Amino acid sequence: MADFDITSKERDGMGPHGTSVGLLRVLGPAHVWALGVGIVLVGEYMGWNFAVGKGGAYAALVACWFAGILYTCVAMIDSEVTSTVAAAGGQYTQAKHIVGPLMAFNVGLYLVFAYTMLEAANAITAGYLISEVARLSGFEGTLDQRPFIILSIMFLAWLNYRGVLATLTFNLVITAIAFTAIIILFLSTTGIVGTSLMQHADLMSGSAALPYGWIGVLAAMHFGLWYYLGIEGTTQAAEEVRSPARALPFGTLAGIMTLLIAATLTWYVCTGLIPWEYLGDGLNGSVAPLFTAALLTNSQPLVWLLGVGTLFATLASANGCINDASRAWFSLGRDKYLPGWFGAVHPTFRTPYRSIVFLVPIALAFALKAPLDQVVTFSILSGLLNYTFMPLNMIMFRKKWPMGSIIRGYEHPFHPLPSIVLLSLCAITFFAVFLGYGTQLVAMIAFYIVASLWFHFWRYRFVNRASQFTMPWPRPKGY
Amino acid sequence: MSIWNYAEYAAWGLSAVFALYMVIDWLKTDSTYSEEVLTSSREGELEAMTEAQGGHHG
Repeated sequence: MADFDITSKERDGMGPHGTSVGLLRVLGPAHVWALGVGIVLVGEYMGWNFAVGKGGAYAALVACWFAGILYTCVAMIDSEVTSTVAAAGGQYTQAKHIVGPLMAFNVGLYLVFAYTMLEAANAITAGYLISEVARLSGFEGTLDQRPFIILSIMFLAWLNYRGVLATLTFNLVITAIAFTAIIILFLSTTGIVGTSLMQHADLMSGSAALPYGWIGVLAAMHFGLWYYLGIEGTTQAAEEVRSPARALPFGTLAGIMTLLIAATLTWYVCTGLIPWEYLGDGLNGSVAPLFTAALLTNSQPLVWLLGVGTLFATLASANGCINDASRAWFSLGRDKYLPGWFGAVHPTFRTPYRSIVFLVPIALAFALKAPLDQVVTFSILSGLLNYTFMPLNMIMFRKKWPMGSIIRGYEHPFHPLPSIVLLSLCAITFFAVFLGYGTQLVAMIAFYIVASLWFHFWRYRFVNRASQFTMPWPRPKGY
Repeated sequence: MSIWNYAEYAAWGLSAVFALYMVIDWLKTDSTYSEEVLTSSREGELEAMTEAQGGHHG
């Protein structure tokens, strides 16, 4: 058995238990970082500013840091569980091992919906950005955004189809450029390099400080998630990293630190340059706040840099979403939670090619037919349901396999505090979502109840129960 | 016609190329390899091996 080295060129991705063609283990911590931050960074470029509209600039900062605590808990919990349950599917595989099949099925669906909807939202945004470039360059007609929306999805799906290493190396480069653009904008506008353009004192005084009081802060929480939504996606790379126990915690925790910095800098620059009423109107006001901030500097290099940064952040997010949604769908297929046909791996490219291709028309349908705010809301709601599952999963994980009973790649501190904090913040955010999008919340929950009934009464008979539990762990405590 | 009108056509064309590439390769792959090989991936292979190696050395 010692001859089996899954990372060797001869046996890479092939194992002793029947796998002839498996996913390729080629990724390092930098790719994990690129996957997590790449999905999220678009939230810094656009979307978060709706929080300003809900409660003013300070409310957006409170939401930014509260959501930051929520996601730090998410990153810590994810790092511990995934460094132990290192398989594609991420939280789905965690749920399968720790909670049970029905939870796993639901979590798998949350993941696929959250990422596919986010991918669609990103493609809509990419189409819009290109039409804006056309307008700014003097094009007088109305640009048809559809071919650019479709091209974004097709190109990135093709990249994902061809191999995970090229896909996430591409993400690493464009995410790094987008993050560097935020740093350069911060350095150039705050007086560290050149003259300071910040006007916080004027823009945030009097009623502009907290225009709707503390209820505005609560309402802002919904969009506070936008600063970090998707960092949990790093877990989907678990089966394709060379060293899961090291790379996943390292990439995920470095990712949340990057995002906390990027979110705070973004808030600081934008609220110091743009009046809150305009900043907070993400539809008719500042659609892409960092780009608006760059426009206000009157510096052509900054305008170009932030324009490119916005487009790159959008593409990185869509790219990461295709990667993650396809891994979740693939895992569901591989265990026969869905037809086993989806559990196929390409023999040359070593990617879940059928899952990648199958999700393309679904993403296209949402991108071309559904309004952006609805798509985004359904993505957030699915993400939120996933975050609610995580603390319960963590508590059960520590209870069933206490410290020392299995080897963990990372052990998060202060348990159960992060789980309790995460659960409480999820409850507050659910309330905030209910205030603004109650109908969608009820519709979404109804959908998952119907899907659960279908799974329980029909689909479960096809599930491959032998692969329900694949980790070489001891029997859980109390069983 | 502006350059942006050409860009629209180029985007339609490139989208079709990427879509065709995936569909053709998908059909070719499915007809070349058996379903057994394509769906042979199993979860937890690395962990199983690590355990086996641990057992072997231990």
